[in-house]
Amino acid sequence: MSTGTGLPGAGLPGAGLPDAGLPGVGLPVTGVPGADPAGTGPGQPAGAGLALPPPGRARRFQLPRSPKIIIGLVMMGAFLILAVVGPWLAPYNPSSSAIITNGVPQPPSAAHWLGTTQLQQDVFSQMVTGGRSTVLVAFAAGIVATVLSVVIGVIAGYRGGLTDDSFSMLANFFLVLPALPLLIVVFGFLPPATGSNDLLIGLIISITGWAFGARVLRAQTLSLRNRDYVESARIVGERGWRVIVFEILPNLTPVVAASFLFTVLYGVGTYTALAFLGLINPEHWSWGSILFYAQNNEAEISGYWWWYMPPGFAVALLGTALALLNFGIDEFINPRLRAAGLSRRRTGKAGRGKLPRRFVLGVTPVIRADEGGQP
Amino acid sequence: MRVLVRRIAFYVVTAWAAITVDFFIPRLMPGNPVSAVLARLQGQVTASTISGLEQQYGLNTKEGLWGQYVHYLQNLFHGNLGISTSSYPAEVTTVIRGALPWTLGLVGTATVISFALGTLIGIGVAWRRGTWLDSVLPATTFFQAAPYFFIAFLALDLFATRLGWFPTGRAYGQLDFPGFNATYIGDVLSHAVLPALTIVLCSAAGWIVGMRNVMVTTMDEDYVLVAQAKGLPKGRVIWYAARNAILPSVSGFSLAIGFVVSGALLTEIVFSYPGLGWILLQAVGERDYPLLQGIFLIITFAVLAANLAADFVYVLLDPRTRQEA
Repeated sequence: MSTGTGLPGAGLPGAGLPDAGLPGVGLPVTGVPGADPAGTGPGQPAGAGLALPPPGRARRFQLPRSPKIIIGLVMMGAFLILAVVGPWLAPYNPSSSAIITNGVPQPPSAAHWLGTTQLQQDVFSQMVTGGRSTVLVAFAAGIVATVLSVVIGVIAGYRGGLTDDSFSMLANFFLVLPALPLLIVVFGFLPPATGSNDLLIGLIISITGWAFGARVLRAQTLSLRNRDYVESARIVGERGWRVIVFEILPNLTPVVAASFLFTVLYGVGTYTALAFLGLINPEHWSWGSILFYAQNNEAEISGYWWWYMPPGFAVALLGTALALLNFGIDEFINPRLRAAGLSRRRTGKAGRGKLPRRFVLGVTPVIRADEGGQP
Repeated sequence: MRVLVRRIAFYVVTAWAAITVDFFIPRLMPGNPVSAVLARLQGQVTASTISGLEQQYGLNTKEGLWGQYVHYLQNLFHGNLGISTSSYPAEVTTVIRGALPWTLGLVGTATVISFALGTLIGIGVAWRRGTWLDSVLPATTFFQAAPYFFIAFLALDLFATRLGWFPTGRAYGQLDFPGFNATYIGDVLSHAVLPALTIVLCSAAGWIVGMRNVMVTTMDEDYVLVAQAKGLPKGRVIWYAARNAILPSVSGFSLAIGFVVSGALLTEIVFSYPGLGWILLQAVGERDYPLLQGIFLIITFAVLAANLAADFVYVLLDPRTRQEA
């Protein structure tokens, strides 16, 4: 929930991904070998706008090998592994408590790597145990919300008319409604037993998280709807759902991926916030519930940094991993956002004061050719 | 102006929908949580309060759902949100009225600062694309991803507890209100610095990335090239590009403001700042349902109003919206 506007969105609407795949952008012309491997992704289906998209998703959908993507993937993998094996790694029972130090939390030591709480609970055990719930809720929310946004966004964009109007209205309603206060009211009324069911929590969070993806997907579908290959599929007599699933959806993959990452990120933040407020059963360990106990025992003004920093940094790092992947996909969709490699080289040559010009579809290879020189 | 009329109509419908959602949530919940709370309140509050609450939540009543709904709307239009059970016998509206100015002041100021600052930084980073400034972007992801209240923890620990530069919480030092003199205002400001800093740090990241991404795209437009080619001063060129690039930021405001307000509420909790977030925490802890729902409605209305303001600004900035009709 700490995400601002920028996530997948701001640059998206104008930058249709099929346009990124138009022949004009083909980077090889520009003579920058390997400077921007991302370019090979959209560059390959050069005929996308002319004929049916070539089969074989692996060839068409190569993730760019930018540092952002790699770092994001590694971090993401680490968190997923932690979610699976975490509870078995815990050296202590995270809930077992003892009052032996007059209720004073102990700083990190060899016995307790991340120190203890005021009840002598092991923070490290709480962290590795709580990772599973946090990741599970976030992914459950992300998956459900993505399915919702694909169904609603693509159908609205494809059908148009009244369907579009009503679906868009619904999405706009959920977009302007402040989500966290709504969820606080919902969880406030839910019976406490709900506070331990990760999948149910994820499901409830997803209800407030699908609207943004639906809006972006609808816009993309609108731009795809009248492309030649979709029209021809329709004329051949394909049924509506088949056109959507086989002609439109494959071309929306990057946008779907971006909106999935966005909702997972949203799920992490929201779940942590709800648990921090004590709306989730605090006995059910998650990073948010550790923060709940830390706040209740004034860890932040008593200098018990080992208590609140691990869960906070874990949430922030998980969010960073998701955001890095999102950045990568953004740049994949909209090549102009890429900052690294190419432009650094160009500005280096052109001098600092000059505006680093980028290509505009077919025009720029010419400009670049006389600056860049060798192939 | 038709654009604005349509937007206002949309917000009115949205406000009505939010009110209706607020009405139905307690009635759809399994396990009847309200009666459990009412049972606990037995003896602590007067019998008339209990029956008032029962009426508010449609318990022990022969009235149909529609009748309850009409009642609920009537109460709402009279500004009656019920009795707060956690600060009994105060009314919900009284409790909220005491907290609202603090939140509006803090969140309003911080949002304006972060929008202005984030947009300016975004312009700068886009303009200098390809230089070391690009490394600002990955750094912003951390602040975008970190929960507001965690940044608040860090700020409090570092600047208040360890360095002692700022007070560790609450909105003012004195217990009684001394009047609006310089000492009081200075005191209030020094208490507001850390919460505001937290909100700005966390929310500016979104504006930076958003502005930078659109600005980068805008800088490729022909008119920017022409402006440069005919030798306009650099500031002028940036101004032309930025004016166009800021539009998505303004229209994306609706998405952001909800996040910012939610984050700000949690920030208030960490700083024990006596705004809506603080009473929200009390309402959650005490299961004070009328207060919880009242806060939700007030926040929703505030967010809708902020959205409407953003729409007005959009119409001011973009002449195209004024041409049609």
